[in-house]
Amino acid sequence: MENKLKELKEEALKQIEASEALDKLNEIRVAYLGKKGELTALLKSMKNLSNEEKPKFGQLVNDARKVIEEKLEESKNRLAAAIREEQLKTEVIDVTLPAKKNNVGHRHPNTIALEEVERIFIGMGYEVVEGPEIEYDYYNFEALNIPANHPAKDEQDTFYISDKILLRTQTSPVQVREMEKGKLPIRMIAPGRVFRSDEVDATHSPSFHQIEGLVIDKNITFADLKGTLAEFARELFGPQTKVKFRPHHFPFTEPSAEVDVTCFKCGGKGCRMCKGSGWIEILGCGMVHPHVLEMSGINPKEYTGFAFGVGLERIALLKYEIDDMRLLYENDIRFLKQF
Amino acid sequence: MNTPLSWIQAYVPDLKVAEQEYTDAMTLSGTKVESYLKLDKNLEKIVVGQIEKIEKHPDADKLVICQVNIGTETIQIVTGAPNVEEGQKIPVVLDGGRVAGGHDGSSLPEDGIKIKKGKLRGVESFGMMCSIEELGSSKEMYPDAPENGIYILKEDAVVGEDAIKVLGLHDAVFEYEITSNRVDCYSVLGIAREAAATFGKKFIPPVVTSTGNREDVHDFISVEVLDKELCPRYCARMVKNIKLAPSPEWMQRRLAACGIRPINNIVDITNYVMEEYGQPMHAYDMETLEGKKIVVSRAKEGEEFQTLDGQIRKLDSSILMIRDGVKAVGIAGIMGGENSKITDEVKDMLFEAACFDGTNIRLSAKKVGLRTEASGKFEKGLDPNNAELAINRACQLIEELGAGEVVGGIIDVYYAKKEPKRILFQPDWINQLLGTCIPKQEMLSIFEKLELQYDAATEEVIIPTFRQDLECEADLAEEVARFYGYDQIPTTLPTGEATTGKLSFKLRIEEIAKNIAEYCGFSQAMSYSFESPKVYDKLLLPKDSMLRQAVTILNPLGEDFSIMRTTSLNGMLNSLATNYNRRNKAVKLYELGNIYLPKELPLTELPEERMQFTLGMYGEGDFYTMKGVVEEFLEKIGVTQKISYHPEEKKPFLHPGRQAEIFYKKIKIGYIGEVHPEVADQYEIGERVYLAVLDMPEILPIATFDRKYNGIAKYPSVTRDISMVMPKNILVGQIEEIIETKGGQYLESYALFDIYEGSQIMTGYKSVAYSITFRAGDRTLEEKDVNEAMERILKALKGIGIELRQ
Repeated sequence: MENKLKELKEEALKQIEASEALDKLNEIRVAYLGKKGELTALLKSMKNLSNEEKPKFGQLVNDARKVIEEKLEESKNRLAAAIREEQLKTEVIDVTLPAKKNNVGHRHPNTIALEEVERIFIGMGYEVVEGPEIEYDYYNFEALNIPANHPAKDEQDTFYISDKILLRTQTSPVQVREMEKGKLPIRMIAPGRVFRSDEVDATHSPSFHQIEGLVIDKNITFADLKGTLAEFARELFGPQTKVKFRPHHFPFTEPSAEVDVTCFKCGGKGCRMCKGSGWIEILGCGMVHPHVLEMSGINPKEYTGFAFGVGLERIALLKYEIDDMRLLYENDIRFLKQF
Repeated sequence: MNTPLSWIQAYVPDLKVAEQEYTDAMTLSGTKVESYLKLDKNLEKIVVGQIEKIEKHPDADKLVICQVNIGTETIQIVTGAPNVEEGQKIPVVLDGGRVAGGHDGSSLPEDGIKIKKGKLRGVESFGMMCSIEELGSSKEMYPDAPENGIYILKEDAVVGEDAIKVLGLHDAVFEYEITSNRVDCYSVLGIAREAAATFGKKFIPPVVTSTGNREDVHDFISVEVLDKELCPRYCARMVKNIKLAPSPEWMQRRLAACGIRPINNIVDITNYVMEEYGQPMHAYDMETLEGKKIVVSRAKEGEEFQTLDGQIRKLDSSILMIRDGVKAVGIAGIMGGENSKITDEVKDMLFEAACFDGTNIRLSAKKVGLRTEASGKFEKGLDPNNAELAINRACQLIEELGAGEVVGGIIDVYYAKKEPKRILFQPDWINQLLGTCIPKQEMLSIFEKLELQYDAATEEVIIPTFRQDLECEADLAEEVARFYGYDQIPTTLPTGEATTGKLSFKLRIEEIAKNIAEYCGFSQAMSYSFESPKVYDKLLLPKDSMLRQAVTILNPLGEDFSIMRTTSLNGMLNSLATNYNRRNKAVKLYELGNIYLPKELPLTELPEERMQFTLGMYGEGDFYTMKGVVEEFLEKIGVTQKISYHPEEKKPFLHPGRQAEIFYKKIKIGYIGEVHPEVADQYEIGERVYLAVLDMPEILPIATFDRKYNGIAKYPSVTRDISMVMPKNILVGQIEEIIETKGGQYLESYALFDIYEGSQIMTGYKSVAYSITFRAGDRTLEEKDVNEAMERILKALKGIGIELRQ
């Protein structure tokens, strides 16, 4: 019987080895290990053995069963792997075929530039606020130290609605509105549309955008203004960016400055973009004029502050190398898609 | 303001500086140099030569061969110039040298023109004699230059010397951008003072010596100022026996470099002093002045006056006039009269140097429609104390140039002398404001350079009247900062109470609008806030439409930009039309922008500015695509309750059968629709256009970022499908409203899964199928629960004429 078992085992293993399909393996399993299988039959014939031989033979049969089962499992895995392999081979695709896109829309370059500016200042603790686009003369001029008949009013080519109401020429009136609220300290930026009566051409538009910044607190210094804008410029134009503060004049700040940054195209060596100077003017700023603080109900002896104004289109045009401002308001999809 | 550096150096003699260094330093101290032009640009190896001999060219009629002594040797030069003669001294560019341009005076090449020896018609030539144009200059600056030919130098020129130096062309003309507060810097002396302070050199202004003969101007004429407000000071002097002649070359050259055309000695002196002192002056022909007096008074309403350019000007009573005893002779500060102007026959003249109210001059110049060099200066508000200095300087030059005989004395009507202001000097405060620790002494030395005196007794800085821009301590701080150096001030970040950086709720919602629109394929557009009133007709708005009540701009850039938009549609349709016209297929755009709704017209208070979220598209998608975008947005901003669509109210610009107002509960939050084909035609868009406009101020109050987790359903749901037949005019919205209101507490969701009109359905009817899902949160639903709900729904459906399909 032991020989028979041995033969049976050999035969089963041989058949398993030779089989090349999963159903064939299953047939083998049934034929040997099934209820009516040969190994089962052998086990049944054990009743003819002596009591001493029974456990020993039982052990042998179980061992053989285990070997066959293992072999079956192994072959099954081998065959399954081969089939998977075959399947994968047939499923090769051309990965260079076109993508199926959702055709997501594109944000206006002005907005992209604005959001970058906002991100930088929000990170520095500034709140983003807004003010009306149609504004009182008082907020746009008078409260900013530009009294009636001040030449600056002419310089700015204002659109008037009435003698008291106009289209704001700058976002600076938002400064005044924030200061009047009386909540100090203030750290704000105010982006928005402004209007000046310039005919439309490649570098002018009667409607454009500014971003106003204002910080009012105790002990705010010109050095703080320099540090803040230097940080801003590095964030916006890259860590190598240097800034230059030049004295300038604005009625509502004193001292005032214009700020140049090293040309981000040539890095300051001089190129067409910076007209060979290596520098690009990007904003105006200064310490809030004591008159302006007073008019807004803030005591200039106690509080100081700085303000700045950035032309959004200027940043967008420079940053994205857009050569004609008119493109920004045409909304040609072939233009918008590039951002 | 354009000024040659040599003129600045005339008052700051120690200033020796390269152009770029000057540019950088002046810009950093606040006198911004816009650009500069080197007058000796591309001029190399050019010396004074003397023509020793001229011979005819053997093979060319128009050329001659010159032997030219250049000091070290004599070289042969062939030229075609018509004006050369033996003995003349001329500028010669030698072999290997360079000139600025061609002889025709056309625009100069960037790198000039290189000159090499060569042969002209077979005869060797070792250099070139130069015209003034080839030297990059013009007849304006060198009036003695011939019309066509070589520039002939003065006889005293030394052969072999640098000809550019002889010509005074080692110079550069600087263009400055002067800020409006620095009236004093609209003059050569003002800039020179700044330059001296910037470079720490001595400033030496011209010394005006006493002038005039023994006569007294008061014996000839008197001056009466009737409007002291508008004319704080009026100085007048007289010049007799005028000898009109060209002014000297140095003066002509300086004026030409400033862009002023030299005319004759009298005009040139007036212009010269205007540049030098920033004080405009006017000259009247004494012979034309009647009544031996000058009266300064306002014009009569409607008065007419002929200015010296021959134009008749209409005046009003706000405009200040200069009159003699009988008639008007000039519009104060703007232009003199035709009747009193200086002609070539002038014998005696009256010189006027006055100070007028800047604002009045500016407004008057606008009214008269005449902005002159003089009014441009006056309108900035001049220092009255400068007028006397300037007129005396002009008289000094008249004497020096022998242009006439200056009469002694000066008429000076000056009622309220302008005195220097005083500002308290608090060095600690200045350091506190700047964030610096500049010693007091250093600040004082800056003030000294700027001619600001310090009164130690009162601790005040005394501000000279020419510095009208200095009014308070912050102004002193700027003076300190400018000359200490903005670049020397440290960079720090603000300290103090921490603040939270954030976007407002409104801006956060707008950000979501942008994101959703873009996910849905829409790109962001920006259009103008102003438009033409004609757009109302394009949009087919009835005459009484509220949308026609727009805020109007008083001074628009033409009618097309004359009203503030009351609807965002035109901007969107224009943008779509631009794209359609450019053959861009399938365009989807959105815009976030304000409309402006007046509370009343004309405006007495600010109009309401309402942010509109506008979506527009053509080419791909339909009404329901647009509706999808609207609902995606509303869901994202937490508007979870059902939005309803009401097609009843008809908007004329939308397709009558394809439009709806969008409601949240009872609040109208916007509208959606297909653009009326007639409107699409107006905009020349040849495709169906879909629009949605969401009124953000209505949406903000219902938007929220609050979210609550409701758990994930544990118990199974029960779904019932119903198929209905109904008249076509019943909206599925009505079915949904019934399902919602009658579905009961277990109603979870419902979905339209089929809608059909056609062969198996009666004409005028449609078949609609819904699947309705019920679920309880705490148990498995029983048949009974669902049946009750379904019965309620079916009954209500029947109530509006809907039958279940058999």
